[in-house]
Amino acid sequence: MSIIRALLAGFLSVALVGMSGAAQADSLDSIMKSKVIKIAVPQDFAPFGSAGTDLKPQGLDIDMANLIAKELGVKAEIVAVTSANRIPYLQTKKVDLVISSLGKNPEREKVIDFSNAYAPFFSGVFGVKDVAVTKAEDLASKTIGATRGAIEEQEITKLAPSSATIKRYEDNNATISAFVSGQVDLIATGNVIAASVSTKNPARPAALKFLIKNSPCYVGMNKEEPALMAKVNAIIAKAKSDGELNKLSEKWLKNPLPAGF
Amino acid sequence: MTYHLQFGSLLPYWEVLAWGIVFTVVLTLVSTVVGIAVGTAGASARTFGPAWLGAAVRVYVELIRNTPFIVQLFFIFFGLPALGLRLSETTAAFLAMVINLGAYSTEIIRAGIEAVPKGHIEAGVSLAMSRFEVLRYIVLRQAIAKIYPALSSQIIIVMLGSAVVSQISAQDLTYAANFIQSRNFRAFEVYLVSALIYLLLAIGTRALLRVIGQRFFTVT
Repeated sequence: MSIIRALLAGFLSVALVGMSGAAQADSLDSIMKSKVIKIAVPQDFAPFGSAGTDLKPQGLDIDMANLIAKELGVKAEIVAVTSANRIPYLQTKKVDLVISSLGKNPEREKVIDFSNAYAPFFSGVFGVKDVAVTKAEDLASKTIGATRGAIEEQEITKLAPSSATIKRYEDNNATISAFVSGQVDLIATGNVIAASVSTKNPARPAALKFLIKNSPCYVGMNKEEPALMAKVNAIIAKAKSDGELNKLSEKWLKNPLPAGF
Repeated sequence: MTYHLQFGSLLPYWEVLAWGIVFTVVLTLVSTVVGIAVGTAGASARTFGPAWLGAAVRVYVELIRNTPFIVQLFFIFFGLPALGLRLSETTAAFLAMVINLGAYSTEIIRAGIEAVPKGHIEAGVSLAMSRFEVLRYIVLRQAIAKIYPALSSQIIIVMLGSAVVSQISAQDLTYAANFIQSRNFRAFEVYLVSALIYLLLAIGTRALLRVIGQRFFTVT
């Protein structure tokens, strides 16, 4: 009796394992079958993702998500996430992709995979159009504003020539005020801040002069999804070559893609 | 949880700190002298001047005394450029402090002037002194002698309030402290040291003001 029981238990467990193995379908297959792709986007980080005045999500990442869904020929289900839960949502398969101004670092690379970059996220020196600066050396005898303690401020302190004057303000708002009011013509800040300046103050936009540090945005997906990765990278490459990525950058970040993107 | 004090981490930045102290001292010195002058002029205008001038001074005083100093400073530095007046942060800091001290000292000195007995003024006039001579030799010396403690306190308040100019990137002592803290991350040591320096500056300023008061503004 016990031998039959043991054999039955063994047979059932093998069958179960076998069934679960068969159910391990490729993500891309299940997306194409269900005609829906679930994509996580930010809801609290303009201009990548935030609630518009009609409380619908809008931003660069939402546009990117819709672009990928369109190219795949499926419907996009937009799932709003935060910086803290976006990777867990991906790992627990609540979403298929994470498009949330996601940066690549070694800790994250252990648990998820990254596509090629689709949007720039960088710090640089920005300024008014008629100031001729293309590299750090051009900052000689010029005044640059920066937020004290920020990564751009520390980098520009190292990069700027000794004759340059760096004005350090206590927070991003003061740095922005200094630029907008005309107290400084150049600021060292992140491209998101510069985009916010150009959007809210179109009379005096902040154009990129040169890059300090680059940490672009990638699409995140689960490991071992080669088909999905290949498709997403192909879509990104196509969008780059036909100018769609540049259009997104111009629309939301008020600056074209930086050279060499 | 033990915290290991590391005051040595400030040593590499002694120059930044030194220049910050110099800036604060010079800023306070110059804006005190000009601010008291503005206050004296305002108080005299309000008590002895024509009605329209007195009204204008009153508006100025009420405006400045009822708004925060940092708001006044930000208005001068960030707001005025919109009207075409772009000032450097040092000029803006100096201007804001003069305007601020001017308003408060106007009221303080006016209290002193009104406390001078009318008989003294009449005595001066009867001796054929001009109104200006009466003001200068009889009224002001007594007035300032009477309110000297209040005036000293206001000067110290403005000196300590000058810490706010670090917000517009004027390189005073607080700016130096913030800068050092953003490099060595030792907020406890940095702000303890800068607080002590402000304390020493305040004690020193009060001692200096006492000496000046005894020399020039003692009425026996």
